[in-house]
Amino acid sequence: MNATIVVSIAMSIVAAATPLLLAALGELVAEKSGTLNLGVEGMMLLGAVSAAIVALTTGDLWLAAGAAALAGALGAGLFAVLTLSLTANQVATGLALTIFGQGVSSLVGKDFVGREVHRLPEVFPAALAEHPLARVLFGYDAFVYFSVAAALAVAWFLSRTRAGLVLRAVGEGDSSAHALGYRVIAVRYGASLFGGAMAGLAGAYFSLSLTPTWAVGLTAGRGWIALALVTFSGWRPGRLLFGAYLFGAMMIFELQAKAFGLTLVPPEALAMAPYLATIAALTIISAGRAGANLRAPACLGKPFRATA
Amino acid sequence: MAWRIEPRAERSRALDLAAPALAVAATIVIGSLVFSALGYDGLGAAREIFLSPLADPQRWPDLGVKSAPLVLIAVGLSFGFRANVWNIGAEGQYVVGAIAGTGVALAAYDMAGYWILPAMLVAGALGGAAYAAIPALLRTRFKVSEILSSLMLSYVALQLLYFLVRGPWRDPQGYNFPQTRTFTDWETLPAVVPGTVLHLGVPIAFLAAFLAWIVLRATVLGFEVRVVGLAPAAARYAGFEADRTAWRTMLAGGAFAGLAGILEAAGPFGQLTPQFPQGYGYVAIIVAFLGRLHPLGIALAGIVMAVSYVGGETAQTTVGLPGAAAGVFQALMLFCLLAVDMATRYRLRRVAPAPSAAGARP
Repeated sequence: MNATIVVSIAMSIVAAATPLLLAALGELVAEKSGTLNLGVEGMMLLGAVSAAIVALTTGDLWLAAGAAALAGALGAGLFAVLTLSLTANQVATGLALTIFGQGVSSLVGKDFVGREVHRLPEVFPAALAEHPLARVLFGYDAFVYFSVAAALAVAWFLSRTRAGLVLRAVGEGDSSAHALGYRVIAVRYGASLFGGAMAGLAGAYFSLSLTPTWAVGLTAGRGWIALALVTFSGWRPGRLLFGAYLFGAMMIFELQAKAFGLTLVPPEALAMAPYLATIAALTIISAGRAGANLRAPACLGKPFRATA
Repeated sequence: MAWRIEPRAERSRALDLAAPALAVAATIVIGSLVFSALGYDGLGAAREIFLSPLADPQRWPDLGVKSAPLVLIAVGLSFGFRANVWNIGAEGQYVVGAIAGTGVALAAYDMAGYWILPAMLVAGALGGAAYAAIPALLRTRFKVSEILSSLMLSYVALQLLYFLVRGPWRDPQGYNFPQTRTFTDWETLPAVVPGTVLHLGVPIAFLAAFLAWIVLRATVLGFEVRVVGLAPAAARYAGFEADRTAWRTMLAGGAFAGLAGILEAAGPFGQLTPQFPQGYGYVAIIVAFLGRLHPLGIALAGIVMAVSYVGGETAQTTVGLPGAAAGVFQALMLFCLLAVDMATRYRLRRVAPAPSAAGARP
């Protein structure tokens, strides 16, 4: 195995990790504020189809990314109205959002299936990324750099800013935060919309870079893996970044094993692998050291209604 | 005069019952507006999806066949949902139930006897329960969220099915198609009404809903499930352990889903193919909520959902609506129900304008 292959594998791991990282970061912020949105997969599909449609009709990839973020945020807005304003059950609403996203995306994307989208360009000039080792650092499109920057930004926001502190306070003790005069519902709206926009961008990465085309169910359950990733990270952005690349590596291992014609194991077993590995990772994390669940925001998934 | 939203002291019983009907009505209105905006005949679509299957007696057997797995799975899930156990991997338990029952069918392929079909159904229920035992164990022993683990296992179950029908269980006379042998007459559910598609699984499903209603109403288990969900602290005081309730409700949910799976395999399908999983496990979650987590309500909600399936198929040919439309309507239905639901828990009350800062928000 020579350097070129190693480099290409490393780069495909980064590509596979990027949508997971984007979606999981958004969900992490939403969960930190106390909302559990199981609609990530649906919002990703809404983002993916919007990006494909805008890219194919206007040719403007940045407009496409913006449309994807907007579509994801709209999905999250629907979730927020139902769960925050109308205090509906968050689990049920999130699931409905996923089913809704699956239906709507295949409906509006009907005429765009399989049409190739012009792939997102690399950020740095090709000359800079000529050497294989330089390519690992400089050979990606803007989404990859954005996702890493976003992870750092979220980490900084949550731990170092006043607004981040308020957001965490709302997620850890909604009544106390309310009593202190913070607007619990407004904060949660903001966090949810951010989560939706990030999920939309994660979906856009599929249709603008990974495939790059639209197909029904394009995101193939990655939204659920992103949700698992948030738990895996123990709600810490740093570990989320690490986890996203670990999960990305797992998926690439599956693809590579298929490509190398690994015949000892049936292909179906390889397709199971990411899901089984996710369950294993969650089990190890949750069982270890008094349980990572203790680190979950205290108000996660609980409805809040101001009493006075 | 100002309006204020405040919690009701008691859930409104009348609204509780009316909410699903209101939700369906709202879905029809919103759905037809959405589809009109998308350039379809929205009103026609809503009519085709929600009314035409009811108006045509020839389609009633289809409604029964479609509603059976939905009702069965949803009733099983409702036990857990009442007790705050979120098994959302019924799709996987449905598939594994079908696989377990099919295992019996394939083993008994050259045999004859009335015992074969019941053995298949028992194997199906056990298979589904065993598969649900994994998230139950992970939750109670390792504190892993059953939401994520049960869902991940659904993806695993699909791959297991693909492996079996492409590999070891592929029909030797099947021209290499990925499918099992077709079941023998001993292994196929008989028609209840001769000459129609209405198979024995349909009455079984509705009977199960009825039995579940009795269990929830008249046994300690039913009480336990309700108390654990409504008041965990009181439940602990009464000696109901949350872990034990999680186990029981997960196993029951898995068994119902597994039974639904083998009934579907031994009924409409008559074999296993890669097209066997149709997403009933996910739609059943909507059915459970639409039926207010109440077995009899679920039976009704299952029929409503079956109408949307059957109507969605008709609408594809009559108004050229894409197949995905039914899914959009189904999700809309749950959204509307969740929104309407607020009216059962809160009420709008007129209050005198607050003279001081008492009513003001910081």
